[in-house]
Amino acid sequence: MELVYQCVNVLRKDLLQQWRARARLAAVGVFGLTTLLLFSFANGPDTLMLRANAAGYLWLALLLCSTLSLAESFRIEMQNGALEGLLLLPTDPRAIYYGKALANLAVLTVLGVGLIPVMVGLYDTSIPGGVVPLAGVIALGSAGLVAPGTLYSALSARARGSDVLLPLLLFPLVVPALLSSVKATSLILAGDPMHQLPSWLGLLAAFNVIYWSLCGLLFGRVVED
Amino acid sequence: MARRHAGRWALRGVDLELEAGRALMIIGANGSGKTTLIRLLGTALSPTSGTLRLFGGSPEAARPRVAMLSHADQHYDDLSARDNLLIADRLAPRAGTDVGAVLEAVGLGPRADDIVRTFSQGMRKRLAFARLLWKRAELVLLDEPYAGLDPAGGRFVDTLVRDLRASGTTVVLSTHQVSRGAALCDDAVLLEGGRVKWRGKAADAPADELAELSGEPQE
Repeated sequence: MELVYQCVNVLRKDLLQQWRARARLAAVGVFGLTTLLLFSFANGPDTLMLRANAAGYLWLALLLCSTLSLAESFRIEMQNGALEGLLLLPTDPRAIYYGKALANLAVLTVLGVGLIPVMVGLYDTSIPGGVVPLAGVIALGSAGLVAPGTLYSALSARARGSDVLLPLLLFPLVVPALLSSVKATSLILAGDPMHQLPSWLGLLAAFNVIYWSLCGLLFGRVVED
Repeated sequence: MARRHAGRWALRGVDLELEAGRALMIIGANGSGKTTLIRLLGTALSPTSGTLRLFGGSPEAARPRVAMLSHADQHYDDLSARDNLLIADRLAPRAGTDVGAVLEAVGLGPRADDIVRTFSQGMRKRLAFARLLWKRAELVLLDEPYAGLDPAGGRFVDTLVRDLRASGTTVVLSTHQVSRGAALCDDAVLLEGGRVKWRGKAADAPADELAELSGEPQE
């Protein structure tokens, strides 16, 4: 019970920090928007191709945004030794991990949902599957990114060249989650006559269960000396 | 107890026993291992070899009873002084501790709701002292507490240590202000190259060594 209480308070702390430094969050959102815009420029005026690849572009933009927001999440913890302060209170490392991962999930989901209208406008796509299921897929896919991302950002924040190290560690690991998210999003955007969506969502949920359990267990070993 | 860091021994062959309620001063030149010893006692580091026991048990179990003032002040810059303390208070509640009163005690009452980023170095240190007082620990570790403080801040630290001692708290103080520390502590340890060179009563510390460390002739 104490673990849940501490987890909720770490989440509350992180959300408060995100709110106080909302200019940084807005900058990440603008970065995502710019990425979507660049994909449309790279493709040229081929609307069919843009529409066909919209899900992939959305998730690539979210993946790039996630590296920025995840790195920031632990930069503020390492800046003045604040993470050490939390651990010595003492706070259970699992509570720190789950609190921070949930805060990162909230940020990435908000960014993803915010990018939906941009994607619709830029790529001239419709959402026959509905906005709510799409938001659900974004939340589930974001969970698959932030679970290992939170662990790796803690790991890389202590290393030199952490900005480069985080994507290098994270990108290969999240390929299954990214693939499932892109497929599920494509089915919502283009229709799902073969009823494949539940299979991809099941796969994504399975990855989430594995990542969230394993990373929560490993986090203590990463942050404790 | 020994600790290896970045390919070299930061501390080795240290065998110390600290009696509850006493105050120990750790002295030594830069790089002698003072901070490493403080961080080991504060459970921020684990010994590479040897055993550390705090209050007769494991270091992890002792964490709620230990408070450490380190070089890094452990604050969140984007939050207010009050928010910083409230976060700690919510994560590890201390019954009967009033965050507002603690901030008043360290002289941060009027600035309690200001963002930490706007604080001077001295004010940041005072907030770190507030965190120390809030924890009401039985073992308090102070790593160079006078650094970055004006004369009034230095006197505040002296009073803080005396008050902690009067309440029965065990204090470990690492400082380059040797005379000042000797007036506050019972025992002293002189570190050199990660080893204990001398240990004894603070008042009996070798004068020539202390003169070398503090840059002033010792009485």
